[in-house]
Formats: sequence, structure tokens, C-alpha cells
Amino acid sequence: MLTFLALTSVALLGIVPEQSQAIAIYTGWERHALVGSDIRLSCSFFSWRWTSEDVTFSWTYRPDGSRDSISIFHYTGGAAYVDNKGPFRDRLEFVGNPGRRDGSILLKNLELNDNGTFTCDAKNPPDIVGRPSSVRLLVFEKVPIQAGVITGAIIGVVLGLLVLIVVIYYLMRFLVARRVFSLSVSKHGKKKKEGSQQRQLWTPPPLTCYPLP
Amino acid sequence: MRLILLGVLILHVIILILLIVSTAASAWSVADNSAKDLWYKCSTNNGGYRCQPSSNEDWIQAVQALMILSVLFCFFSLIAFLYQLFRLVKGGRFFFTAIFQILASVFVMCGAIIYTVMRPDDGTHTNFGYAYVLAWVAFPLCLISGLIYIVLRKKE
Repeated sequence: MLTFLALTSVALLGIVPEQSQAIAIYTGWERHALVGSDIRLSCSFFSWRWTSEDVTFSWTYRPDGSRDSISIFHYTGGAAYVDNKGPFRDRLEFVGNPGRRDGSILLKNLELNDNGTFTCDAKNPPDIVGRPSSVRLLVFEKVPIQAGVITGAIIGVVLGLLVLIVVIYYLMRFLVARRVFSLSVSKHGKKKKEGSQQRQLWTPPPLTCYPLP
Repeated sequence: MRLILLGVLILHVIILILLIVSTAASAWSVADNSAKDLWYKCSTNNGGYRCQPSSNEDWIQAVQALMILSVLFCFFSLIAFLYQLFRLVKGGRFFFTAIFQILASVFVMCGAIIYTVMRPDDGTHTNFGYAYVLAWVAFPLCLISGLIYIVLRKKE
């Protein structure tokens, strides 16, 4: 039992250092945006080591339908270098916080040609082994409506109105019936009381016999 | 009297069938080898039959909603007719039946009008399909049926 525990703990200690050498990078999966708007592409990483001063972030862009990627952003040695020659010159801004492992960039004034895949690669020396992560950007002229949203809304509103009208109709009938019912009960009671009073008031006159002359 | 009621009932059922076929069949527009709207765009090329969902524009969704509502209201009016047939006082009119039937005819009319106006002009010999024609046939029949229910009185 003790030897088994010792063996498993040694095995675990053997595995963990392997894992601590791998860096995990997180970006979104897909982002949608309208033409002319700005979008923030976020990138962060997880590493077992402390954030070093030599941490680097780099973003590359591959347009839709093309096989080449172009590098558009690099952060190293405490300084950010944005694209000044490529498709995003004057439209790219670094809004991340490397101290907090955030390497996000801001793309301004999107165009239809900006559709493509953006790949973020981060390195935290000595933790440099890892897979870059990609986010796909889709730029729309107009926000597309999903199938069936308007259909369902129209049907729901009309059927809801129908149910509402039926409920109100039966409610009105019920309320009016109650009021009428209570009115007739009090009238009926009054009639009964008056009737009994009249019976008590009206007493037949006493019969007197007059003898024949 | 029984004969009139039977005739009116048969007319109502025919209208319901027309509306269901017009709503369910995806053949409001036809071209040489393809039929599309309201739900699918299907075409036959070179021995293959392919369907894809039709575009999600707002007006197509509105026509879908109006056609479904007209089928529902025609069905409700049929149920109301059968109910009022056995429960109405003598000399009463088939009020609810008429209201639902006329509303159904209004919905079919609105749906057909929206489709007629908003259909894109492709220019490649697209004609109106049989489902569209059925919708326009169902509208006056539905209206006449509703008016008959207004005039009809329950006798014994």
C-alpha cells in the first residue's frame, strides 16, 4: 500500500512538471461585427509560471480565402508594436494589460475586407511551448435576422391577443352576472319583506252581524 | 336545412385543405427546374434534387406567419362551427365561426399581397407557382364562407 502510494506520487510529480511547461492561450471562437464599428479581440493565457518581464504577445491575420498570414501586432520587452504598413495601419490599438496576462487588441472602423482569422500567440519565458489560438471575424453590412424570429413573434402576438380578448370577454360576463345576481337577491328580499309587512298590516275587518229588522 | 349545413361544412373543409396545401408546399415561385418559397428553395440539376432553406428576409417570415395564422384561424372556426351547431340557441347566429373565418381570410389576403409586392425580380423566367394560386383562390372562398356564417341562422 505504501509503495503504491509512493509510486503514484512519483508518477504525478513526473507528470506535473511536463504540464507546467505548456502555456494555454484563450481567444474567442468567432466574433460578429457591423461595418464601420470597432471590435476588441481578446487574448489571454494560462501558465504555471509567474508572468515574466519578457512576456510576448503577437497577432497574425489571415484573410478569408487566402493561405498567407501577415503579422500585425507584436508586444515584447515592455513595448507594443502595431501594424504601420499592412492592412490595419492606423486602425489597430493595443488595449491589453501584459502584467495581467491580457494581450487584447482593438480594431477600429471595420471594413468588409477584414473578414478573416486572427491568431494570437503568447509566450511567457521559460514557458514557451503552446498552441496559438485563433478567432474568426465576420463583418456584416446589416445584422442578419435569424430564421423564424419574426414568424414566431407575429404568431405569438396574434394568438396572445386572441387569448387576451377571450379572457376579458368571459371575465366581463362573469363580473356582470355577479352584480346582476346580487341586485336581484336584494330586490327579492325587499319584496318579500314588504309583502310580509303588508300581510301583517292588513288585517281582515271583523265580521259583525246585523240583525234583520 | 340539413343540406345547407352539410354544404357549408364541406366548403369549410375544402377551404382548410386549400390553406394547408398552400402553406406547406414550397412552390410560391417556380422557375425552369426549381421551386421556392415559403420554406425551401428546391432545384433539379442533372439528375440531382437539392433543397436549401429559403432566405430569412423579414417579408418572407411575415408571409409565413400570416399563412400559418390563417390556417389556425380557419381550424378554430371549424371547431367553433361544430360547437355552435350543437350548443346554439334556436334563431342564433354563428357569430364566433364567422369572426374567425373572416379573420382567416384577411390573413390570407395580407400574406398573398405582401408576397406579390415584395417578390424579387430575378428576371430568369420565374412564374408564380401553384401554392400562390391556391392562396388567392382560398381568400374569396374564405370570405364568402364567413359571410354565409353571418347570414346563417339556426332553425329547427
